[in-house]
Amino acid sequence: MFELALTLSFVFLSLGLVLATVRLLIGPTLPDRVVALEVIASLTIGFILVYSIAYDTPALIDVVIVLALTSFMAAVGFARYLERGGQRDDD
Amino acid sequence: MMTEMITSLFLLLGSFLMLLAGIGIIRMPDLLTRMHATSKAGALGAGLLACGFAVYFPEVSVVVRALAVVVFVIMTAPVAAHVLARAGYFVGIRLWEGTVKDVIKERYDLKTHQLGSSARKRDD
Repeated sequence: MFELALTLSFVFLSLGLVLATVRLLIGPTLPDRVVALEVIASLTIGFILVYSIAYDTPALIDVVIVLALTSFMAAVGFARYLERGGQRDDD
Repeated sequence: MMTEMITSLFLLLGSFLMLLAGIGIIRMPDLLTRMHATSKAGALGAGLLACGFAVYFPEVSVVVRALAVVVFVIMTAPVAAHVLARAGYFVGIRLWEGTVKDVIKERYDLKTHQLGSSARKRDD
């Protein structure tokens, strides 16, 4: 029962990761790709949480904290870069 | 037994919301609707997964860190989404053709960054 829930969570997160990666690859503009990166970061946060429950290693919560912090900083940095006139068309 | 049931409920709900975020980012037609799908579902999914983590490991240090993750995600996700949507709009992304109303275009001066209370006059 519990193993089934864990496996199903892994499957859901993997499918979401695949879809976000597809958007990262085909995204027509740079902001689309930045949003896809944001989603990939939050999916990775979820992946680490489910992994640490499945393999009984609660110490990985520190990794989650650091990852959440860096993904927020990356989003703000990308937004500053875009507004200050970075390269806007990437194709 | 009870702990495992509550944990699996949190995990399934959170990862399903994450999957919805993934589906939303691939199916929605333009940047703003994509962010509408991903920022809310992604933040709530991460928060629910952290809640399940806190239920499964009932030690004080772990629970406090998991709750810190929840608070941090819920506080930063709207800020990040707002900043990115603002930057994307000013860069000039193309809106979906079914967009009904664009208040920024009517009332916001893109040069001076001032918001008017009524539809501003075009000087052209």
